[in-house]
Amino acid sequence: MLHFDRWKIVLIYILCIAGLVYTAPNFVPKSQLEDIPGWLPNQQINLGLDLRGGSYLLLGLETDALVRERLQDLVGEVRSTLRDEGIPYTGLGIHGGNVVVNITNAGDAEKAEEAIEALSSIVSGNQFSTLPERDLLIEAEGQTISISLSDAAKRARVQSAVQQSIEIVRRRIDELGTTEPVIQQQGLDRILVQVPGLDDPAQLKALLGKTAKMNFRLVSNAMSGQQALATRTVPAGTELLYTVDEPKAPVLVERRIMVGGDRLTDAQPGFDQRTGEPVVNFKFDTTGARQFGEVTRDNVGRPFAIVLDNEVISAPVIREPIMGGQGQISGGFSVQEANNLAILLRSGALPVAISVLEERTVGPGLGADSIRAGEIAAIIGAVGVLLFMIASYGLFGVLANIALILNIAMVFAVLSVLQATLTLPGIAGIVLTIGMAVDANVLIYERIREEVAAGKGPIPAIESGYNRALSSILDANITTLISAAILFQMGSGPVRGFAVTLGIGIVTSVFTAFTVNRYMVSVWLRRRRPKTLVL
Amino acid sequence: MRHLKLIPDDTNIPFTRWRYVAVGLSLAVMIAAVVLLFARGLNFGIDFEGGILIEIATEGPADIGNIRDELGGLGLGDVQIQQFGQPDDVLIRVQSPQGDDAEKASQAVVQQIKSALGDGVEYRRVEVVGPQVSGELVQDGVLAILVSVALMLIYIWFRFEWQFSLGSVIALVHDVMATLALFCLLDMEFNLQSIAALLTIVGYSMNDTVIVFDRVRENLRKYKKMPLTELIDLSINQTLSRTVMTSGTTLLALFALFIFGGEVIRGFTFAMIFGIFIGTYSSIFIAAPVLLAAGVTRDATTGGLGGVSKEKVPGKA
Repeated sequence: MLHFDRWKIVLIYILCIAGLVYTAPNFVPKSQLEDIPGWLPNQQINLGLDLRGGSYLLLGLETDALVRERLQDLVGEVRSTLRDEGIPYTGLGIHGGNVVVNITNAGDAEKAEEAIEALSSIVSGNQFSTLPERDLLIEAEGQTISISLSDAAKRARVQSAVQQSIEIVRRRIDELGTTEPVIQQQGLDRILVQVPGLDDPAQLKALLGKTAKMNFRLVSNAMSGQQALATRTVPAGTELLYTVDEPKAPVLVERRIMVGGDRLTDAQPGFDQRTGEPVVNFKFDTTGARQFGEVTRDNVGRPFAIVLDNEVISAPVIREPIMGGQGQISGGFSVQEANNLAILLRSGALPVAISVLEERTVGPGLGADSIRAGEIAAIIGAVGVLLFMIASYGLFGVLANIALILNIAMVFAVLSVLQATLTLPGIAGIVLTIGMAVDANVLIYERIREEVAAGKGPIPAIESGYNRALSSILDANITTLISAAILFQMGSGPVRGFAVTLGIGIVTSVFTAFTVNRYMVSVWLRRRRPKTLVL
Repeated sequence: MRHLKLIPDDTNIPFTRWRYVAVGLSLAVMIAAVVLLFARGLNFGIDFEGGILIEIATEGPADIGNIRDELGGLGLGDVQIQQFGQPDDVLIRVQSPQGDDAEKASQAVVQQIKSALGDGVEYRRVEVVGPQVSGELVQDGVLAILVSVALMLIYIWFRFEWQFSLGSVIALVHDVMATLALFCLLDMEFNLQSIAALLTIVGYSMNDTVIVFDRVRENLRKYKKMPLTELIDLSINQTLSRTVMTSGTTLLALFALFIFGGEVIRGFTFAMIFGIFIGTYSSIFIAAPVLLAAGVTRDATTGGLGGVSKEKVPGKA
C-alpha cells in the first residue's frame, strides 16, 4: 500500500505540476497576459455575469404565431389549388388549428384530396427518429377535408425560425458595440443572450422587441382612414393601420406590398438637409431600386406609406419618381430613434416576434463587491481549515494541507482549461469544497489513530488506515457527486456554476486527499522510519 | 506536542438508547413542517413566483420612506422595499403584472421604477422573471430534489442492503423537510439558490450517513454475535471523531462565507449551516434507528471484502 510504482510517482508529479501551471495565468494581470509565450498556458477563468457585471436575457419566440402564419399561407395555397383544378368549394378557413374546406360536389372529394396532398412536402424527422415525415396531415370526412400541420413540420418551422432569429439578434447586438456577447439556442424555442459589461439593457431590449418587418405600400385612394373608421368599411385589398406617432391616426393602406424591407441593402441615421431633423437614409438592391422607381414613377401625387411592424411610420406624398434606389425616412424621430430604426433595418426582420422571458442584469459595482467578498471568505475559510488541521493532526495535518492547497489549484486549473464559468455560488462551491475535501484525510487519520490504539505499529496502522478508509471515501464522494450532477443538469446560470465547482472539487479532492497525500506519507515513512506514531 | 482532540478516544455513548426521544422529536418537527408549509407556505422569491427584483445603491444612507413614497405613487401593486446589507443598499421587489402579456408589462414596470428613482442611484442588480419561466423553474427544482433522493436510494441499495437504503432515504427526507420548515419559520426567501442549498444538504447528509453505515457493515462482519443495538452504538462512536472533525471544517468554511461572503449568498450559506447540523443529527439519530427497526440480515453481509470472522471484544467497548 505504501509502495508506489515509478510510473505512478511520475504521474502524480505531472498532474500536480500541471495543476499549478494551469492555475498560474489567473494570477497574472490581464494586461500582461499577452506577454505569456504561446506554448505556456494562458487561459484565465471565465467569470460569470454575476461577478463581472452584464446582462443575461432569455428570449422566447412566439411560436404560436409561426404556426398561425403557416396555416394562413396554407389557406391561400388550398384556394389556388382548388381553383386551378376547377373544384367548387365552400367554407375554406381555419378552425381549431386546422385548415378546413367543404367540397361542394361529393364526386370531387377524392380529386380534391389528391390535389391538396400534392401540397405537402417532406420535412426531416423528429428528435426520436430520422425518418422523413410529411409536413401536412390530411383527413377527409365525406366532403369535408381537414388539413393540419404535423408535429415534425411545426418543429422544423420553429427550429428554422430560431436559427434565423439568432442570426438577426446577433446582428442587432453587434451594432451596440459590446464585447463577447454569447447568443445561443436554449431548449426548442428559446434564445439565451449574455452580454458582459452591459449594465443597462434598455436599448438592447428596445432593439429586440421589434420584429422590424418593413415594407412600402400605397395609401388607398378609395377613402381616407378617418372615413373607413367612421363607416366601419374596409374596401377589398386594403387594410386599416395606425400611425406610430401619438395621437394614433388611422391610415387606409393597400395590402399589396410594393417594395419589401428585405430589398434594403443599407440604412444609416442622418439629418434632413433642409429641416435638420433626424432621418434614416436607406439604399435598395437592384430589384428593389427598380420596383421603387416604377412605383414612384406611376404614382406621383399619391401618399406612399412606410410600414414597420404593421404601423405606419410616415406616409409622404410622392413628388417625383425616385430612380436612384435611395431614399429617406422621416417620421419625427429623435436621434436615438433614428439610430435604432437604422439598426433594425440593417439587421433585417425577425421571422417572428420575441419577448424577454427572464432578465438578470448585474452592475459592475455589485460584481466587483461579490468577487472581493468571495475572495475574503475563501481565504479566511481556507486559513481556518488549515490551522484546524495542523492543530488536530500536527505533521499529518501539514501533509493534508498541502493536498488541500493542491486541490484548490487543480480546481482552478480545470476551470481554466475547460473555460467553465465561475459564478458567486461557484466561489461558494469552492469554499465548501475546502471544508469537505479534508474529510478524506480526516477519515484516514482517524482510522490510523484507531489502528494505533488497537496496538498496531506505525506502518501497518498507516497501511490499513488508507485501505479501510477508501471505501468510505468513495461512497461519500459519489453521493455528493450525484447531487452536483443533478444540480448541473437542472440549474441555470449562477447555480450551475456552483454545481461545476463542487463537482470538480470532489473529483480532484479524491486524487489529492487520497493519492497525493498517501504518497507524501509514504515518503515521510521511508525517510524517518518512526518507531511510534504520534497522531 | 499534544494534538487537539474534540472527541476523546474511547467514547461509548449509547446513542440508540435515545432513539425514541430523537424519533419523537423529529416526528414533531416533521408534523410542524407540514403544518407550516400548508398554513404559512414558503416565501417564494421571484425565481419561482415571477416578478421584479431591483437592488440599488444610493448616495449616502438610503431613505427607505422616501423611496417607498416615490414608488408607491406608480400603482404597481405590492411593492416590497427593504434594506439589504449596507445602509446605502436597498432591495425593491415588485410582483409580476397580471395579464396576457406579462413579459412586456414587466419590462415597462422596470422602466417606470428607473425613471421614478432618477439618475442618483446605482443599479446593482435588476432581475425580471416572467411567469412562464418561473413555472418551469419550480418544476425543475422539485424534480431535481426528487431525482437526487431517488438516485441516492438506488446507489445505497446497490452498495449496501435495502435496510440501509431505507434508513438513509428517510434521513434525507427528514433533512429536506426540516430545512423547508426553517425557511417557513424564518420567512426566508426561497429561490434557486435555496434549491442548490437543499441539494448540497442532501449530498452532505448522505455523505455522513454513508460513513456510519460503512462502519456498521464492517462491524457486522467482524462481530457476528454482537446485538445490533450495541453494534450500531459502537459504529457511531467509532466514527464520531471523524463526524465532528468534518462537520467542524465544513462549518468553518461556511461561517467564513456567511460572515464575509456578501449579502447575495447569505441565505444560501445560512441554509447550508443549518443543513450541516441537521444532516449530522439525522445520520446518528434517524438513519441508524431506522436500520435498527428494519433489522439487518447478517448472512448477506458475510463474504465480500475483509470478511474477518474473528470474534473478539470490541476495541472501544
